Parts: sequence; C-alpha cells; structure tokens
Amino acid sequence: MSDAPLLAARNIRKSFGAIEALSGVSLTVHAGRVTCLLGDNGAGKSTLIKILSGVFAPDTGDIMLGGVRITFRSARDALDAGIATVYQDLAVVPVMPIYRNFFLGREPEMGWGPLRRFDKQTAIRVASEEIARIGINVRDVHRPIMTLSGGERQSVAIARAIHFGARVLILDEPTSALGVKEAEIVLRYIRRARDKGIGIVFITHNVHHAWLIGDSFEILKRGSVSVTFEKAGLTKDELLTQMAGGDDLARLAIDFDAAATA
Amino acid sequence: MTMDAAKIATPAGGVHRGSVLRALFLRPELTAFASVLVVFAFFALTAGDAGFLSFTGTKNYLQVAAEIGIIATPITLLLVAGEFDLSVGTMIAAAGISVAFPISFLGWPLWACICCGLVVATLVGSANAFLVVRLNMPSFLATLGMMFVLRGVTLGLTLMLTGATQIFRLKASLGADPLLPLFSGTPLGLPIALYWWLLFVAIAAYMLANTRYGNWIYASGGDRDAAVKMGIPVGALKLVLYILTAMAAVVVAMVQMFYVDITDVTQGLGKEFEAITAAVVGGAAITGGIGSPVGTAFGTLMFGMISQGFFYTDINDNWYYAFVGLMLIGAVIINTYTRKAAMRRSAK
Repeated sequence: MSDAPLLAARNIRKSFGAIEALSGVSLTVHAGRVTCLLGDNGAGKSTLIKILSGVFAPDTGDIMLGGVRITFRSARDALDAGIATVYQDLAVVPVMPIYRNFFLGREPEMGWGPLRRFDKQTAIRVASEEIARIGINVRDVHRPIMTLSGGERQSVAIARAIHFGARVLILDEPTSALGVKEAEIVLRYIRRARDKGIGIVFITHNVHHAWLIGDSFEILKRGSVSVTFEKAGLTKDELLTQMAGGDDLARLAIDFDAAATA
Repeated sequence: MTMDAAKIATPAGGVHRGSVLRALFLRPELTAFASVLVVFAFFALTAGDAGFLSFTGTKNYLQVAAEIGIIATPITLLLVAGEFDLSVGTMIAAAGISVAFPISFLGWPLWACICCGLVVATLVGSANAFLVVRLNMPSFLATLGMMFVLRGVTLGLTLMLTGATQIFRLKASLGADPLLPLFSGTPLGLPIALYWWLLFVAIAAYMLANTRYGNWIYASGGDRDAAVKMGIPVGALKLVLYILTAMAAVVVAMVQMFYVDITDVTQGLGKEFEAITAAVVGGAAITGGIGSPVGTAFGTLMFGMISQGFFYTDINDNWYYAFVGLMLIGAVIINTYTRKAAMRRSAK
C-alpha cells in the first residue's frame, strides 16, 4: 500500500458564468482519517463536494484517486470508484420500509427472465445485519424509515453507502439538523467508519463537532482560499478563530478601536 | 396469504411481528375489504330476494366491476408512482373506435385491429408522459387537457369518417375470428372481463411487491428526488406506466364492445373518476408512494355492487352517486387515520 491519499483535489477552479465559486482549492482524503471541510454559507463547500462526487466537472485542476488522475463524467462514475456522498436530504423515501430504502436502486434479484424477482429475504437479512452493526436498535426493518429518528436515519444512509463499497465517504452536514443526542449517535458512527479504514470528508459549520472527530481541517473562505490545518499542534480556540474569519476579524477589531477613539 | 398478513403489501403498513392483529388493521386493503362487506350486506338484506344474490345478479356486478378494475389496476400503479391519469376514461372511447373502425369499415382481422388500438394507446400514453415528465406539468392538468383533446378528436374523427357516433354489428363484421373468444363470451359461466381483471390484478400486485420495478414505483411516488439520486429511471418508469394505462383502456373497450356489440364515442366517460375512487378506497394515496392493487380490486368490487345493487332495490337509482361519494369520503377518513397510526414513531 502506497502513501498516496485515497482521494485528492488539486487546485480546483470552478466558475458559474461570471461568478467564480472555487478558485484553486485543494483537499486531501486519507484512508482511516476524517477531513473536516469547514466554511461559511456560500464559501463553496457544496460546489467542492459536487465536484468530488462527480456531479460537476471542475474547470481546471486535478482529481487524484489513489495517486492516479481521474475524470468523473457522472455521479455514477464517482460511485463506481468508491466515492459515496450522503446528502443532507439522505435520499431516502420516508414511507418506504427500511430494508427497501437500504437497497433502493440496487435490489438483489433472484430467478430468471421475466420471473426475476426482488430477493426480499436477502434484502431483509442484510439490512437487519448492517443496521444492527451500527448499533441502532431497530427491531423490524419492515417499518417505514420515517419512524426512525433523524440521527438513526442519517446513520442508516451512511451504512448503506458503506455497504455498497464506499472507500471515501462525503458527509454533507450530517449533524447540523440534529439535536445533541442525535448528533452523538452520528458522530460515534462516523468514528467507527473511520476506524474501519474509510476516508471521510465531514462537512460542517459546527466547530465543536469537527474538533471532536477531525484529523485535519480544511477551511474554505469565500470560495477562493482554502487553508489546511492538522489537528496536531492546533487548539480548539485557534480553529474557532480561523473559522470565525481569523485575520479578517482581527482587522475589524482594529477598525472598531480606531472608530471608537476618533 | 397468511405469510403476507404478517408482512406488508405496501410500504405504508408498519408491521411488528409481535402484533399481527395490529398489522392486519393497518393493511391498506382492510378499509376496502370492509366496505365490500358492508355494501354486500346492505344489498343482500334489502335486495337479496329481488335478485341481487342470484347468479345473474352476481354476474352483472362482476361485469361492471371488471370493466372498472382493468383500468383501476394500472391507475393504482400510476398513483403509487405519484401521478394521475384523467384521460383514461376518454381513452376507452378512443380505443373502442380505433379497434371498431377497421373491423367495420376496413374488414381487418381482429389482431390487426387490436394493434391499431395499441398504437393509439402508445401515442396517448407517450403524450401524457411527455407532458408530465419532460414539461414537468402536474399530471392532473396534463391528463385533464389530454382528456378534452382526446374526446374532441374521437368525436370529430368518428363523425368525419363514419357519419355517425356509433359503430355497431361488430361481431357480424368479424365473423369467426380466432382471437374473438379472448374478448367475448362467458367461459365457465363468468364474463370474460372478469378473467382479464384478475390477470391484471395478479400481475400488478406481484410486480409491486416482488420485483425491483415495484420498489422503483414506490420510490418514484414516495420521494421523487431521492429516487433520482439513487439512480432510478423515474421518467422511463412513468412513460411505461402511462402507456400500460392506455393499453388497459383498449382491453376495457374491447370486452365492453363485444359484450354489447356496439361502440360509442361516449363509451367509458367518467370511468377515470370511478377508477381513481376505487384505488383511493383501496388504500392508494393521491400524494403517491402508497397503494395496493388488491385493495383497489376490493374498492372496484364495491363499486360494481353499488352500481348494480340499486337496480334491485326499491331505492331510486339517483341515490347511487350519493352512496359512492359517501363511501369515498368515509374511506379517505379511515385510511388517513390508519396511515397515521402506522407511521407513528412511538409505535417502534
């Protein structure tokens, strides 16, 4: 096994018309590590993850998979390469049973020709096993997924991505819509996924969540610049300051002082 | 069937193995099944002696139910996939003329006339799907428009080509066509329409519960965006369902016109609402994602009994619609309540 990162973005630029959403952003994802992608609304986080997950193509810049340059033509391409994205809406159908959601679009089949049918036994068994492995106490995978709590649903969506072979997992604000208790369930589960050797991109604007499980932090500022911090040698306060605008805020403080004395 | 009761037929019914009774009560088919029992009991008591319970009476309401049921089945799949089809009733008239015209005026064999009907059905179904999928029109409006267009074209073309609004003496024109027994007659004493209906229900119920396409149909109506994100070809799926619905109208048109040996440009008028009513009574949600072909079959059976039952009672037939309306409203109230109970989080 080489030391090449699982997935790396180098100098990504992307414009929509006259608006430059990303101007030279880089991001690295290592196996068994959590890379936190932090930044304000409109900083370009969602554009970057859409590029990593094959939804958009970058204007310039490279995406490297295991050290090899690669081009994704669609989200399917990225998925086939083992890069799975769990969006905020989770892509689950609320009224459908948990097991049917788990296998949605990738249903196991049995039988031949026109008699091919959905192998429900397998689907139910595998979904039950995978969900038990998360540590969620779901007694019956026949239940509509909407009967699960927000954190449980998020965890099921992550478990689904991992089951279908994700090596890189991109999580779009997985904890931001959740209460403290629910966020805890998801954070614990992300940690377990990391320990299994999956490379994780954790998008959030909650520094406390990021600090808890992040190994490195990538801060996007107004689409353009990205700064990387390793957890070693960094304090939570420094991260908070960087997140909150860092140098910009310091300059603002000086301006305010100047205005007060004038 | 016993195994099914412990599981579920639609994603709606949350079921815990420990509470089979509760599961049974949350099955979407239950309301419709109970409606059938109530309606049957009502007419058995009020009109049993007058002939409702006779073999002829039974045959009559099965014929009516089957004609609605054949279209109500694909309509159920469409509803589950999150779409309407209001043009299917008018499609019956269009299909009737498309099949009958070449029989009477061109002397074609039945197989060619059927193909003619299926081509028209494919065109109408594709047009509906185009409006809904490509142009993103709400299917209620798209198919309402199609209903009017189709009615006008059917009437106009038929008058232009034949100078009349009816085509009759179809069987005499056909002679002894080898395919005719598939659409006419009473095998084992029961109307042929009944066999088509059962075939449609069996295929639809099996497909919805036991194939990946069933999963995709549920997902398309349950949450379209999620279905698209999971790589499900939602547009293609809806195209197929619209075409199948229009093709079912061809089958209804044929069993009807060979039953009465005549077809009319107003044939099937209003059947779209009867089909949707049957589906909703049978547990389908018009918001998509929920529905059951077997439930719809019970809803349809209820319809057949009501429409024929009044004939045998002393009650004026005019009360028929009031009865249907009340059954529909009652079923929606009960279904909404049971659905909420099924989705309750605390029920875990």
